[in-house]
Amino acid sequence: MSIILNHVNCIYEEGTTMEVAALKDVNLKLEDGQFIGLIGHTGSGKSTLVQHLNGLMKPTGGEIYFNGEDIHDADFDKKKLRSQVGLVFQYPEHQLFETDVFSDVCFGPKNLGLSKKEVELRAYEALKMVGLPDEFFYQSPFDLSGGQKRRVAIAGVLAMKPQVLILDEPTAGLDPKGREEILNMIQDLHNQMKCTIILVSHSMDDVADYAERIIVMNHGQVFLDGTPREVFSHRKELEEIGLAVPTVTDIMHRVKELGYPVDENITTLPEAADALVGLYQARS
Amino acid sequence: MSMIKTKKLTFEYIHRDEEGNVEGITTAVNEVDLDIKEGDFIAILGHNGSGKSTLAKHMNAILTPSEGAIYVAGMDTRDDDHIWDIRKNAGMVFQNPDNQIIGQVVEEDVGFGPENMGVPTKEIWQRVEESLKAVGMYAYRKHSPNKLSGGQKQRVSIAGVLAMHPKCIVLDEPTAMLDPQGRKEVIRAVRALNEVENITIILITHYMEEVVYADKVFVMDKGSIKMEGTPREIFSRVDELQSMRLTVPQVTLLAEECRKMGMPFSKGILTTKEFMEELKCLLS
Repeated sequence: MSIILNHVNCIYEEGTTMEVAALKDVNLKLEDGQFIGLIGHTGSGKSTLVQHLNGLMKPTGGEIYFNGEDIHDADFDKKKLRSQVGLVFQYPEHQLFETDVFSDVCFGPKNLGLSKKEVELRAYEALKMVGLPDEFFYQSPFDLSGGQKRRVAIAGVLAMKPQVLILDEPTAGLDPKGREEILNMIQDLHNQMKCTIILVSHSMDDVADYAERIIVMNHGQVFLDGTPREVFSHRKELEEIGLAVPTVTDIMHRVKELGYPVDENITTLPEAADALVGLYQARS
Repeated sequence: MSMIKTKKLTFEYIHRDEEGNVEGITTAVNEVDLDIKEGDFIAILGHNGSGKSTLAKHMNAILTPSEGAIYVAGMDTRDDDHIWDIRKNAGMVFQNPDNQIIGQVVEEDVGFGPENMGVPTKEIWQRVEESLKAVGMYAYRKHSPNKLSGGQKQRVSIAGVLAMHPKCIVLDEPTAMLDPQGRKEVIRAVRALNEVENITIILITHYMEEVVYADKVFVMDKGSIKMEGTPREIFSRVDELQSMRLTVPQVTLLAEECRKMGMPFSKGILTTKEFMEELKCLLS
């Protein structure tokens, strides 16, 4: 049970003078149940990559396997794929359209051809999972706050019961507390439903705190792939491609450069505070 | 001289049902008193729904107060005779770069504002050139805006405002949709306009790192100004900010965490540089 990308290429406008390679020979194995952070600057191929994972885009070369089956085989059921690999786009609240929250969340499962009872049950569960209070269920989604709308939009995808949930910058435009709430919610989903999470993000601090594996894209290729510690130990290389390590990792690197014996690959704030206070106490 | 001055500015959104009867009133801005001087760099923080954007829209008369008053360069925004002068004085940049660009070529887009003001053609071209140079986009003047990155588009939007020779630019979350590189570009351009051209800047943002260069920070909550002070004063009040769904920059948070554990960092450290300097003193 996994998604495998085998020598995947994606070339826009192939054969014309406008030819651009958005993905170049990407090989990845996305294991079941992982929490993956996908980072890279604008134009690095992140969005193109995630659109390949649920078959929205077809690679111009190479194959993509979902649970061992080639998703572009003639007899492969794409509809099923799309219910199992849920994709939450950037600013998903722009896709809300129904007159009330509950109907909006029902839209996805209804299109799967499920019974009315099953549809409603799933919608209810999904709204509970994203932590939306009951009193909002029959309100217009347009009367909710930004963070709440986003939860409703994510619930719409969750109601499809995906095995893999891909979120393209789910925290963009939210206030700090709203960002934290959405990220905690995603982590809860990961823990409770054991689904694979692919979090596309620009925030190194967020990815360092939540993901167990980080994939860094650059110019359509996988630039780095590993645990946060491994990936962020490549501080220089990341800076060269216009990315940065998390703030705390940057500080630990600087402390190490001053000659103090610290672990420079720390990625979270509590660890960094411990290490620095340890240094301070050792001094006195 | 006062650039923007408000006196008990209040704005209410009135909800009406289909027959036009009042269903409810939301007070988005509640008796705000502000005085922004010419040449200031002001940042406004606040969670989603705190009233920041509603306040911003008063600054170039997109909205006019329900009660109280706002004066832009001494002109009352409720006075229709001044509306074009007000908009010439106070330009606005919004969150989504794609919603603000209308030209097919960068330089045409930037020329749109002054053209509408009836500026002579020769002068339009001068203004376009100056504005694009000021935001570092002159090399792209013949490009199509569609092919630019988010940060570049946003800088073109700023140039478009700049070409109208405003005394003041209001930026409503200009970096929310950008990657870290794009954010840096935009903030750098904005700071340069403030420092070099002495244009008054009012920056609304959710990114705490972007406000450390401001002269003064206002924090809004429930439509009122709850805190005001220099970035250092504001960011030394970590708990208060967190109670208003905000946070402080990561370095500030790390220093705060160390302080709680007995390492005497001073309050309100804003940048990595400051942090490292204090750390060196503490460890020596």
